[in-house]
Amino acid sequence: MSGWSTHTGLAIALDQENVDTDQLIPARFMSTPRSEGYGQFLLNDLRRDEQGRSRGEHPLNRHPEATVLVSRRNFGSGSSREAAVYALVDFGIRAVLAPSFGDIFASNAVNNGLLPARLSEDVIDQIITQLGDTVEPASVDLQAQTISLFGETLNFEIDPTWRQKLVNGWDDIDLTQAHADAISDYRTRRAKQQPWIFPAGDGAG
Amino acid sequence: MKPQTLLDKLWQEHEVKRRDDGASLLWVDRHLVHEGSHHAFAKLDARGMKVAEPSLTYGVADHYAPTRGAPASADIARMISTLEANATKHGITCFGLDDPRQGIVHVIGPEQGLTLPGMLVNCGDSHTSTHGAFGALAFGIGATEVAHVLATQTIWQKKPRSMRITINGQLGPGVGAKDIALAWISKLGADGARGHAIEYAGSTVRALSMESRMTLCNLSIEGGGRFGMIAPDQTTFDYVAGRPFAPTGDALGQALSSWSQLASSANAVFDREVEIDAADIAPIVTWGTTPEEALPITSTVPDLKTLSKEEAQKLGETLDYMGLRSGQSLSDIEVDQVFIGSCTNARIEDLREAATVLAGRKSKVPGLVSPGSKLVKAQAEAEGLDRIFTDAGLEWVGSGCSMCVAMNGDAVAPGKRCASTTNRNFRGRQGRGARTHLMSPAMVAAAAVNGRLSDVRPLLVGRDVA
Repeated sequence: MSGWSTHTGLAIALDQENVDTDQLIPARFMSTPRSEGYGQFLLNDLRRDEQGRSRGEHPLNRHPEATVLVSRRNFGSGSSREAAVYALVDFGIRAVLAPSFGDIFASNAVNNGLLPARLSEDVIDQIITQLGDTVEPASVDLQAQTISLFGETLNFEIDPTWRQKLVNGWDDIDLTQAHADAISDYRTRRAKQQPWIFPAGDGAG
Repeated sequence: MKPQTLLDKLWQEHEVKRRDDGASLLWVDRHLVHEGSHHAFAKLDARGMKVAEPSLTYGVADHYAPTRGAPASADIARMISTLEANATKHGITCFGLDDPRQGIVHVIGPEQGLTLPGMLVNCGDSHTSTHGAFGALAFGIGATEVAHVLATQTIWQKKPRSMRITINGQLGPGVGAKDIALAWISKLGADGARGHAIEYAGSTVRALSMESRMTLCNLSIEGGGRFGMIAPDQTTFDYVAGRPFAPTGDALGQALSSWSQLASSANAVFDREVEIDAADIAPIVTWGTTPEEALPITSTVPDLKTLSKEEAQKLGETLDYMGLRSGQSLSDIEVDQVFIGSCTNARIEDLREAATVLAGRKSKVPGLVSPGSKLVKAQAEAEGLDRIFTDAGLEWVGSGCSMCVAMNGDAVAPGKRCASTTNRNFRGRQGRGARTHLMSPAMVAAAAVNGRLSDVRPLLVGRDVA
């Protein structure tokens, strides 16, 4: 995953609370290999009717070029399916602005270069009202932790570790391998102190 | 030293390393993988890496497992065969479709004694919080994290804030763990515990069986809590002893003395405290499309006239989706079908609870009963519960996630209404356009008997309720 520091694109409002991961990608699409792209499945049951026809009135059908999604509280609640993030990323979304996110979703987002930016309920409400059915140019600056929109520069919140990870495009497996000795020492200690953790015959480390 | 919470103790026990920014590298004692792990194994293969600890990793076919005959499509069959192939390739024990121990991952982990007090348990599934019922640090993770655990047997996490939900007092008849969970979620919201690890405490929790404690911890994520936990006690130890993967003999003695330390210190301070009186909890059903939209069965659907214009518009959309009228009595809502199953409510006690209501009665609507594992199924059949369900007119089927997540082809048709023992009433969760009402197994049984959402309590009069 490559890191990023700034992004300029179009912001769009998805005026809904509790956009859960079952809505972001219905489970029936999840046996598809990632190589086929998950963007086509994003919010499928809201964007398409039962015959698969595109619903013209859905914001993301009107403006598929949008890259910054603004939504309401508890975005990404529900299941741990990372496919919900794949659907957003493959659609072209780079940042989601909301008052709060599901904990597992936010963690998955950062692991895929998608920014979950928190802003207060009041600010989000104002942005959603101002955006209405339109799109508006927006610039995200990760280092400064700001979003520029409607001529204003707004601060957003994100865990500093996550911000750094987005900037650096860190891969945790690489980072963790630097701690291989500490992990090995821990394992030896655990096998000695709590041997029952290791199924029979494998307790010696 | 500062008095520690159970969370503090478990965290400290598993911390391999803490970075300057506060992120901890935690050791993972059990990693459970299901069909959804294909993305993670692909990441591992792309790096040419092996599974670090195959003997601490267990596979199970559940999300796509067929419950009636063969897999419903080639895609579904491929998901299961991919899991089995990945398990074989990496030397992982896999409870595949033909294994007599197969079942839902959060049912079979505890059932096999793979889940033990004091462990850190990860699985690529948000209901992993279930295992916290044993006094374990158990949480759901995404595919990138699954790949990391496979590769290193560790996970990076920032410690969540601590939250204690204390429930004291005696639950009324027909009221159980599902009602406790829906009660706190409706009170605090579907994100009420976001950023927190929940510890459930109080006399009501102490009196719960392990099955009920698992239901309570399972639903933590529906209130936004990635972790739910209960300090282990004699109830826990009695459940664990004798399980296939549990320690025996001297090792068990050693384990018990370690496990008995796993409780929050009396004067430990939590970041957040919530108290609930058990006597205030009635049988609850959900009426909307998030688990926070839940009310006692004796209430009515919210009245749009009492709301602001904006609120009324939003709620109106929910009521349209659910096909409900503003102000309608919950007990007037007719259902098309019922489902008893899922990692939330498909253990033996759940089936007994539903059977107590259904015995000698007929269901007015069709429905599925899917036991949580093949072993639960066998036990239920030995007790004659299967006959109670089939005599009532319900279908007794195989084990898996089934109609909770509608991945294996078991789905609720568009516009149909299902009374369900599952965990999510999200739009489309049980199938496109499906209308889900969450409730306890006893309440689903009551809905079956009356063909509409119903208070189970009158149906329990004169019956021996466990």
